[in-house]
Amino acid sequence: MSQKVLLNAKEVNIILHRLACQLIENHNNLSETVLIGIQPRGTFFANRLANLLKTDYKIKDIKLGHLDITFYRDDFRRSDKPLSANKTNIDFIVEDKNVVFIDDVLYTGRSIRAALTAIQSFGRPKHVELMVFIDRRFSRHLPIQPDYKGRQVDAIDEQRVKVNWIENEGEDSVYVVDKDNTITN
Amino acid sequence: MSDLSVKHLLGIKYLKKSDIELIFDTADQFKEVINRPIKKVPSLRDITIANLFFENSTRTKLSFELAEKRLSADVLNFSAAQSSVKKGETLIDTVNNILSMKVDMVVMRHPNPGAGLFLSKHISASIINAGDGAHEHPTQALLDTYSIREKLGEVKGKKVVIVGDILHSRVALSNIYALKLLGAQVMVCGPKTLLPKFINELGVKVETNLMSALQWCDVANMLRVQNERMDISYFPSTREYAQQYGINKELLESLNKDIVIMHPGPINRGVEITSDVADSKHAIILNQVENGVAIRMAVIYLLASKIKQ
Repeated sequence: MSQKVLLNAKEVNIILHRLACQLIENHNNLSETVLIGIQPRGTFFANRLANLLKTDYKIKDIKLGHLDITFYRDDFRRSDKPLSANKTNIDFIVEDKNVVFIDDVLYTGRSIRAALTAIQSFGRPKHVELMVFIDRRFSRHLPIQPDYKGRQVDAIDEQRVKVNWIENEGEDSVYVVDKDNTITN
Repeated sequence: MSDLSVKHLLGIKYLKKSDIELIFDTADQFKEVINRPIKKVPSLRDITIANLFFENSTRTKLSFELAEKRLSADVLNFSAAQSSVKKGETLIDTVNNILSMKVDMVVMRHPNPGAGLFLSKHISASIINAGDGAHEHPTQALLDTYSIREKLGEVKGKKVVIVGDILHSRVALSNIYALKLLGAQVMVCGPKTLLPKFINELGVKVETNLMSALQWCDVANMLRVQNERMDISYFPSTREYAQQYGINKELLESLNKDIVIMHPGPINRGVEITSDVADSKHAIILNQVENGVAIRMAVIYLLASKIKQ
């Protein structure tokens, strides 16, 4: 298995700041906006972004939640492994709010499809947007596109794009990893 | 991720500790789901479940049905009282007829011990035992131990006494298996006539004095006297049973500690526990009912994920 670095810690940091600024540009002081990190890996990105908005951009009242989409997925009984659930933590009302879904990698779009169904259990949002750190274009199974993206990547199906955060992997970085010994170049 | 080691839930006896932990972790997530404004998830929308109740039930049947509906499964209900069983149809024929209607999972309560096991050898659907005679009632034991974990933080090391009619109780046997698997200390307490002969082989403490049992325990699980299963008289009178083995407020207050009171329902108020105890802060009886739905959702979800398309 070989891997190559797509983004290093410095580049990750620059992108985080840009995404934070874009969010403020569209959502002002975020008073009518809620940020929802998609479990499991979108939550690290969402936590980091919320932290950045708080410390560097002085936005006080950020509503941040985590949404687990396991029970809404469309591949139940289709994969060999059972789907294990994670914690959902949304302690505010999403009714009539601007919801921003935050996930690390947008690939087939099926997770976001599930998230759109799942969020309805918490009310009817006014508007839903999608922010992803990595957008793997040309891989979509559904008509879903991001509103904010960190970096667009053209990776083939045999490759995996892995986003690491200090909180879970000890470093901020993005790798393209080859599955099945294919060579990346 | 881990997976259940079994295809059917026939009894706690067939489960591993890791299975119970997986069920609890999954139930945690479902408990959050059933407290949302919209309490339903679409996971099982292509699964059909038949609830076959060959014996009366109120809360178990409602709880299973609610769990199935919250998971978006299609549900068939069957009770023996209004069925062809009365015309002499055998269990396998009844079930096979129902399975011909493309049912994926069967939840069954039956008066005969081992009915679920028997069925699992003859049909292909997943089976959940919702009580087989005086043998096992696995989802009740799971929700009881889950409720203990929720109330006291963990089950391991806790002292649990099961009081009452141990002989006729499927709840007692399943609870003993589950509690021991999770590392609790278990005692049974009741009149000698209502303790089974094999009780010593289960590795539990036996006590016939209720006061000593309550002083020892952290949790008391009060069982109902199963009059419908008693073919002979096991104690002189209900009044005497209530005096010897019933919990009342004075008894609870005379203990120098707080204990948790559980009851699988239905309660015979004034027999095994008095109303003021059943409605007190010590009792977690209604939490057990709420947890029952989450536990059954977890069991059904995990077993359904093993059904191949």
